Amino acid sequence: MSEYCAYTLRVNGRDREVSDGWLGESLLWVLRERLDLPGAKNACEQGECGSCSVLVDGSLVCACLVLAASAVGRDIVTVEGIAGAIDGSDAVLSDVQEAFLTEGAVQCGFCTPGLIMAVHDLLDRVPLPTDLEVREAISGNLCRCTGYGRIMEAVWTTVRLRQVGGQAR
Amino acid sequence: MVNSGTGLSIVTDPSVVSASGRGVIGESVRRPDGTPKVQGRFAFSSDLWAEGMLWGATVRSPHPSARIRSIDLSGAWQIPGVRAVVTYDDVPGNKMFGLEHADQPVFAHDVVRFHGEPIAAVAADHPDTARRAMEAIVVDYEILTPLVDPEIAIAEGTPPIHPDGNLFRRLVIRRGDMSVSGDVVVEGTYEVGMQDQAPLGTESGLAVPDDDGGIDLWISTQWLHADQAQVAASLALPEAKVRLHLAGVGGAFGAREDCSLQIHICLLALQTGRPVKMVYSREESFFGHVHRHPARMWYRHHATRDGRIVKVEGRFVFDGGAYASTSSAVLANATCFSTGPYKVPAVDLLGLAARTNNLPCGAMRGFGAVQTCFGHEAQMDKLATTLGIDPIELRLLNAMQTGDSCITGQIVTGALPVEEVIRSCAEAPMPVLAEPVDSPMMALPGGAGRTADAAGVKRGVGFALGWKNLMFSEGFDDFSTASCHLLDGVATVKSACAEVGQGFVTLAQQIARTVLGVDDVILAPADTHIGSAGSTSASRQTWMSGGAIELACRTVRQKLLSHVGAAFGVSVDDLDIVDRRIVSRHSAKPVIDLDVADAAPGVAFSAVEEHHHAPTFRLDENGQGNAHVSFAVAAHRAVVDVDVELGLVRVVEITTSMDVGKVLNPLQLLGQVEGGTAQGIGLAVMEEILLTAGKVRNPSFTDYLIPTALDMPPVNVAQLVEVPEPGAPFGAKGAGESPTISSTPAVVAAIRNATGRELPRTPVRPHDIAL
Repeated sequence: MSEYCAYTLRVNGRDREVSDGWLGESLLWVLRERLDLPGAKNACEQGECGSCSVLVDGSLVCACLVLAASAVGRDIVTVEGIAGAIDGSDAVLSDVQEAFLTEGAVQCGFCTPGLIMAVHDLLDRVPLPTDLEVREAISGNLCRCTGYGRIMEAVWTTVRLRQVGGQAR
Repeated sequence: MVNSGTGLSIVTDPSVVSASGRGVIGESVRRPDGTPKVQGRFAFSSDLWAEGMLWGATVRSPHPSARIRSIDLSGAWQIPGVRAVVTYDDVPGNKMFGLEHADQPVFAHDVVRFHGEPIAAVAADHPDTARRAMEAIVVDYEILTPLVDPEIAIAEGTPPIHPDGNLFRRLVIRRGDMSVSGDVVVEGTYEVGMQDQAPLGTESGLAVPDDDGGIDLWISTQWLHADQAQVAASLALPEAKVRLHLAGVGGAFGAREDCSLQIHICLLALQTGRPVKMVYSREESFFGHVHRHPARMWYRHHATRDGRIVKVEGRFVFDGGAYASTSSAVLANATCFSTGPYKVPAVDLLGLAARTNNLPCGAMRGFGAVQTCFGHEAQMDKLATTLGIDPIELRLLNAMQTGDSCITGQIVTGALPVEEVIRSCAEAPMPVLAEPVDSPMMALPGGAGRTADAAGVKRGVGFALGWKNLMFSEGFDDFSTASCHLLDGVATVKSACAEVGQGFVTLAQQIARTVLGVDDVILAPADTHIGSAGSTSASRQTWMSGGAIELACRTVRQKLLSHVGAAFGVSVDDLDIVDRRIVSRHSAKPVIDLDVADAAPGVAFSAVEEHHHAPTFRLDENGQGNAHVSFAVAAHRAVVDVDVELGLVRVVEITTSMDVGKVLNPLQLLGQVEGGTAQGIGLAVMEEILLTAGKVRNPSFTDYLIPTALDMPPVNVAQLVEVPEPGAPFGAKGAGESPTISSTPAVVAAIRNATGRELPRTPVRPHDIAL
């Protein structure tokens, strides 16, 4: 079997062809370098920092730890597709993304895409989390700029707005 | 030419204004780069791509000290897809580089002086090919015994490990009656470990050769022009042919003030004639930038029976590692601020920065003030205990204020609200905190899986005060340049200021809106096509580049008002801009009331201005002189829970007050306070690069731990003390570093309070408590 092959990944609702991909390439690498989706970030590439977080069949994973070729046939959602993936709308920003901006949760922004994915994943599973549940859920996402205070605030804003609005955007 | 193919943008959204208000100074205006950052569209340096791009990789020494007998590159050249291999011999210009002193070789050639020192760099079609080539390069080392103890390094008779010797700087500060002795004397020796900045974005950049023989470098850096000068010197090119562009920066904290891969990728790009991109791995990043200096500090404080400090003696040894970087300036800060913002009539202090075979150290948030703050605050607590005085009262009794003299003889002429900062922080109501026995397991020291017995958890409270200079010191004119262009109500401002996450881009727009009365402010890309903005460090960019933008906008404003005045036959002095409108002052006729955007259709107004702060001066042989521009003070009060048997610590709460001059953007300031405090907590309880005989043992996020959301308590801001600083734009002091300085000693004081242990070293490790 060749080390190189062609395969198809379903990313953000679209089939994307990977031609001449080396089988050793991680999903993170293929998203960033072959599919032009650099939103997932490469801060440690060993599953410690969470900045490459994406959803694979609805599960939050570190894209750096997933072989791209093993994700064939799975439904992959990245930060680039999260706004549209929630309800299929053409919204530019999801409620979590909007809250990150409003509450000042973004500084350098390198951890931001991963945290956006982690917060979506948490609030879709646990609509009314406790403080400790939020901290635990995002404890796999390292942020060096914010000290997490504004990120926590963005989570609470999203929770509040979802309660008022009744649904996620 | 350089992009990721899908319209990734670095500068976007010309005018994102907060929901209420105009987006001027004082409002919590949103970041202009926020939307692309939450969407994953913001182009960090590691996201860049160019047609025909190659990937670079760096060969590094596995030894901290060795003689290089030979380097065999042939194995690399045999691998298909390898396009270039460069070593010391391929550097056409200056083979040495360095931010303050060019004492570091671009590649090691005769000897290796630290673990991870670059030996060669390769460029290949695929990063894995580059990595394979790297491994195929054979370096024959004669392994030497590393010199890792800074005291031995500077001791009489120790052979130098570098032609420039083993002493980076020796700084004496002597003042007052040094023969005086106190009624009470307390003494202590304190240590600070080596901290890593750990920005989430690793070092990365893209170099693109040009047809003119020059090069364009897209880079994440803190100081474009300092990089430009060093790259040009090593490439033997005129600076005009080395054009640097700021790519998206994934955090900095001091780690990007020195060159890392800049010269290497430019060499590879010029050799191959193709664009070359390099992205450090996390492991490599630990070797690829300078760190916070480990320090060993001896102190002896003398005080009267009623608690007034009469003299401080001290000796501070900073390990600068293999190359100079900014060791000299770090040591100056450490020594100048070593006694804290307290009135100290006599000092006898010696600061020493040594060269060793440890990792090079340089800038990190707090820059020297962090280390000595850990020492002087431990001493203040020790003095309070010895005297039987409340530690807050002792600090208030000795607090400096405007008009007082520093230990360098410099009279503080600006704002120095030490007493307000101490009182507001110390007297802030303690938040209601759950007792350990009522807390879930996850909220106990050690968190999940490291079971603390709640019944054995002890709670402690600690307090600390710190201070630091703003801007560069000792005679260095770290000016900043900015331009402003105004046409039909749209302002375009440009500066080479490196936005590294701190939010300068937001402030730049706020300043332009405030001065010019416009809504739309476009930020031109930061690059070397304009004069230097100086470094994004030393809490200086709001003051320096904010000041430059304010000056440029004020000149443009004057030109606009002159134009309108001439058209209406009114003196420019009778015109003003209020909100978005040009209006005549009360007595002027005719009455003018024009929208700024409509005031001069089709007429453009431009200005380029340089902003310089007040001059500073070198320290004399006794360490005396007006070396600093301005000072900022902050305090922290920390609450910790400690499992004394296992030595585990959880920081439960932290309260802070800070001297900020004026709040320009409340939300962004809060981000600096919380983020800086987190880095200080990290240094208190978890962060340390471990070296054994010069070898790094923990270069990964698995083994070098930074605070997670579970480690970080809420930060309670007791007060942001606003006493406008004379000479600072809008009266604002820089706020980037203050939160990092006093947070570490406050947390360690709280652990001492909980455990009764002396804990003279930070970070505090489990065995420091439990054994």
